[in-house]
Amino acid sequence: MSIRVAIAQINPKLGDLPANLALYEEKIRQGIKEQAEFLLFPELSLTGYFLRDTVPSVALTMKSAEMRKLKQLSRQLPFVAGLVEESADHRFFNSAIYFEDGEVRHVHRKVYLPTYGMFDEQRYFARGDRIRTFDSKFGRMALLICEDLWHPSTIYLAALQGALAVLCPSASPLRGIVDAQVQDDNARYWEMINQAYAETYSLFMIYGNRCGFEDGVGFWGGSEIVDPFGQRIAKAKYYDEDFFVADVALESVRRKRTMSPLLRDEDIDLTINELMRIRERPRAPKVIQELKGTKVRKFKKPKAKRRKPRAPRRR
Amino acid sequence: MIQIPTNTTLLRELLTGFIRNEVHKTGLTRAVVGLSGGVDSALSAMLAAEALGAKNVLAILMPYKSSHSDSLAHAEMIVQKSGMESLLVDISAQIDAYFERFPDADSRRRGNKMARERMTILYDHSARWNGLVLGTSNKTELLLGYGTIYGDMASAINPLGDLYKTQVWALAEAIGVPDEIVAKVPSADLWVGQTDEGELGFTYREVDRLLYLMVDQRYTRPELLAAGFAEHFVDDVAQRIMATQFKRRLPVIAKVSQRTIDRDFRYSRDWGK
Repeated sequence: MSIRVAIAQINPKLGDLPANLALYEEKIRQGIKEQAEFLLFPELSLTGYFLRDTVPSVALTMKSAEMRKLKQLSRQLPFVAGLVEESADHRFFNSAIYFEDGEVRHVHRKVYLPTYGMFDEQRYFARGDRIRTFDSKFGRMALLICEDLWHPSTIYLAALQGALAVLCPSASPLRGIVDAQVQDDNARYWEMINQAYAETYSLFMIYGNRCGFEDGVGFWGGSEIVDPFGQRIAKAKYYDEDFFVADVALESVRRKRTMSPLLRDEDIDLTINELMRIRERPRAPKVIQELKGTKVRKFKKPKAKRRKPRAPRRR
Repeated sequence: MIQIPTNTTLLRELLTGFIRNEVHKTGLTRAVVGLSGGVDSALSAMLAAEALGAKNVLAILMPYKSSHSDSLAHAEMIVQKSGMESLLVDISAQIDAYFERFPDADSRRRGNKMARERMTILYDHSARWNGLVLGTSNKTELLLGYGTIYGDMASAINPLGDLYKTQVWALAEAIGVPDEIVAKVPSADLWVGQTDEGELGFTYREVDRLLYLMVDQRYTRPELLAAGFAEHFVDDVAQRIMATQFKRRLPVIAKVSQRTIDRDFRYSRDWGK
């Protein structure tokens, strides 16, 4: 089936939920007007990105009034929102939520929280611990947030669970301006992986990035959709606000997978066996060798210790 | 030869976008900039004129009686060329009035005082004219600490702070800053005959290459020496960066409470905007 997918490349106000909720409403109305069937918003676009200590004050629980409002809006048009989600035990997640027909259909909590260079996400957010696909009324999809996709295991897991399209809300900043390149280095890398993933895993990459500046950091926009053949079928402007609607012909996944049945041939057992071996490889002797420059001693597997009973963790 | 990447097309788009976004989100539409006649302030002002419209930029020319006559002429050239608003405030009287009380002040004190006097004028007109004060310090100066804290280093937003001097030259040339301004010997013009490179003891082209590898590319000391830089040069620059770190930070606050500003009270500056 074919879906008319819209991407809202917006510039939210940092830490201003009411203003951004109004912006969401406006874009949903625009989507409806342009006959979109599905709308993708960027990462943390309901709150802004460099939230720092405002994280707890803009966090939404499943019972928040704003959450009810978002559910209600999805009756008119299904969409993915990027927001701070607070769990019942008061952990804060950088989450993307798929709303459809007045309900929350899927929550993805960002797994890979960049904490290096200009990024500080692990200081403020708890880490997600699962990669799952979900069945939307259009077909099976996966939601992965920005840095998640810089770890190839995430898209591998999504593809093996049958995703026909990967939705990627992003807040990717411009950094590294390089000579003779049309775009900055971050944009170049994203465009390369979107194309490579789409073709490698025979699926649609639907990438929604934000624009605007926060404390001098510019987000480069350039949202795009790449089809399973690696063709860029829609592209938003760089740097500025934009909104586009494009037809995503999910049936072309079938065509591509018929021609190159790479996923069919994927040997999951081999991967699992090798991963198990890698995980269990004794590491201690190597560290000792590096520290002392001595020969590797034979590694003895430690006897299984009896774990002390821990207080059950509240969830 | 090490080349610092300078994609002027992208830089121009990014920096005008930055000025427009950061000014507009404060609810203002205007900018105020001190125009010295040098390449940094010329570039900053022209980027602002492009971003906000020339009529939304107020250039303030603040010569002292010993300033080189070219400085004022070059500043006026930028005003003419871009069509921005301008104001001439000669600072000689106020500087001289102050130093009558402290006649033994050396040229460093006098230079710093002039830079801070200019800052107070910019901020006064920022309030009068509803414009944000635009910074003109480049990355080379900021890293070397070659500027006056709370003087020319003060601003509300700075489009040039992540550009090395050599990148400033390239971008200035690309956006049409007149050749005589781009090509002249860089000088803070705080006393007669002062030149930046004379005072620093090395050229901008040399130090920019070193800073680019040291700071941006994270070369270690042995790697820098292997790349051909002299030991004393590497060490001198590293020492300068460390010694001037205070100029790049807010004042140190003694921690007393659970939440101390900028330590565990952390918010972006664009909070709520």
